[in-house]
Amino acid sequence: MDGYATSTHKFVIAGMAALVVVFGVVSFGRSAEERGEYGLGRPATDKEIRAWNIDVSSTGEGLPLGQGTVKLGAQVFAAKCAVCHGPTGTEGPKDKLVGGQNTLTTPKPVRTIGSYWPYATTLYDYINRAMPFNAPQSLTSDEIYSVIAWLLFQNQVIAEDVVIDAQTLPKVHMPNRNGFIPDSRPDVR
Amino acid sequence: MQDALKEIGRRRFLRRSASAIAFGTAALVLPAARAEEHKPVDDPMRVPGALPRPYGERSPFEKQQRLGGAGPGAPHGWGTNAPNNFNSGTPIQDLHGIITPSALHFERHHNGVPAIDPDRHRLLVHGLVERPLIFTVEELERLPSASRIAFLECSGNTWDGWREAQDVAVQDLYGLTSTSEWTGVKLSTLLEAVGVRREATWMLAEGSDAAGLDRSVPLTEDVLNEAMICYGQNGEALRPEQGYPLRLLLPGFEGNINVKWLRRLKLGTAPFMTRWETAKYTDLLPDGTAYQFTLIMEAKSVITYPSGQQQIRPGFHEISGLAWSGRGRVTKVEVSLDGGRLWQAARLQEPVLPKCHTRFRLPWRWNGQEAILQSRCTDETGYVQPTRQDLVKVRGTNSVYHYNAIQSWRVERDGRVRNIYA
Repeated sequence: MDGYATSTHKFVIAGMAALVVVFGVVSFGRSAEERGEYGLGRPATDKEIRAWNIDVSSTGEGLPLGQGTVKLGAQVFAAKCAVCHGPTGTEGPKDKLVGGQNTLTTPKPVRTIGSYWPYATTLYDYINRAMPFNAPQSLTSDEIYSVIAWLLFQNQVIAEDVVIDAQTLPKVHMPNRNGFIPDSRPDVR
Repeated sequence: MQDALKEIGRRRFLRRSASAIAFGTAALVLPAARAEEHKPVDDPMRVPGALPRPYGERSPFEKQQRLGGAGPGAPHGWGTNAPNNFNSGTPIQDLHGIITPSALHFERHHNGVPAIDPDRHRLLVHGLVERPLIFTVEELERLPSASRIAFLECSGNTWDGWREAQDVAVQDLYGLTSTSEWTGVKLSTLLEAVGVRREATWMLAEGSDAAGLDRSVPLTEDVLNEAMICYGQNGEALRPEQGYPLRLLLPGFEGNINVKWLRRLKLGTAPFMTRWETAKYTDLLPDGTAYQFTLIMEAKSVITYPSGQQQIRPGFHEISGLAWSGRGRVTKVEVSLDGGRLWQAARLQEPVLPKCHTRFRLPWRWNGQEAILQSRCTDETGYVQPTRQDLVKVRGTNSVYHYNAIQSWRVERDGRVRNIYA
């Protein structure tokens, strides 16, 4: 054991010496600044990152615990959303959220969640950060999931009894999921 | 607050003293003269002028202002319309050269302009990085800096171009574009500091406004070379409307993705598909599909004098306007006086910078006959600004964003200038 420890020791010392040489050679001629090491900015802790990391990806990363139902969503929508989007989400005066099917090729396309939005996860990302307009970030995750459930139901994307949560939301297939193509400009000759 | 009150009190005192001194002095020599600030005097050579002041303002004779707007087809202006406004356009018909004064830079925000204390503001850079870091504004200002003069254009600029032609001013149609000198840290410097991982190909940028506006930025070569996190605009701190204290600058890209009030950058492997890059800022085409991530603002130009709703007289005029391209330098601007039959080269005024407003000029003597003025620019990639007819043939009229067709101004026989489609 002793012998092993000694030889390990020697190996470590030799290794460290080699590292010093290698590091010295590699870093020769490049200052700390040139290596991007300015000593500015402090490490972010996991806890801090969790608090800031509010986005939800199209595959559902970032979706929190909680769940929503169409029934609760109807109540939340009526209380907090209908004033801008209308009682059924079709009246406005702000963005129409419901309807618009088969209008995208007409002279007056109506771009709604049901007719236009390609990802259901975007609803969580957006409502969570930006809605209601007069009190952003005031809804609970259950309320957000519920409003989403109601909006998807109104748009005939899900059935009335579907529970929306972190598992089900990313699996919702949006009608216009394949409606987007990459930028192919310059396209006018 | 107390300091601010004191400051106002001091200014009033200074102003009154200045008037008193000026009046006193003038009274001795020319009793009729009055040297009150903001009021013209009969002979400025006979009245002592105003004293130095801590922060300058333009002459009280200058009245140019931004034009409030509330979207396509909605009434524009201030007054009773103001509560509905979510943008304001630069008075480009009144500007000289290429720089937009910060106070006249166009605005577009998605839930108002936040009031941010820079000492409390932080930028988090995380995701696919070796060392997630949090920066204060002061730390970012200490990093190696860069400055660049570049245009920013809302991709909805000239969205009324997709509709019937309205008799409006150039500010109303083209005001959502501005040029500033921007100063900040290069994105590449920050990415090096956090040790960005090789597999990172997209970056979420998020603002700390009430919309929490978030956009996915592709880490293309151009973005890696040119993107900046800015704290400076035209030599001073960013204006609140332009993102104080920090904003992203992606030269040549549509305004919306140049995220203001920047609080977070997250590195990832795919676009995040936010509301602003799916439901909005996508370009609906005639077949019902839509372009997504149409980030580059294609070459565009407009004559700002003479322009919509102006009135001119026969005789000499210098036609003047702006041209720009999100793909690089403007290499040529041609002007037509007859609706696009004959074209002649306009003079490009230096400096001609990539992804920046370029001023063009052409002397003209108007003979009083009807004329249709157009400008057409070409950029360094060889791209030529299209006619409206060609643009609509490909994109239809439902795109909302990225309208960049050749503009036509008809000078009528009475000298009135009108927006038309020719």
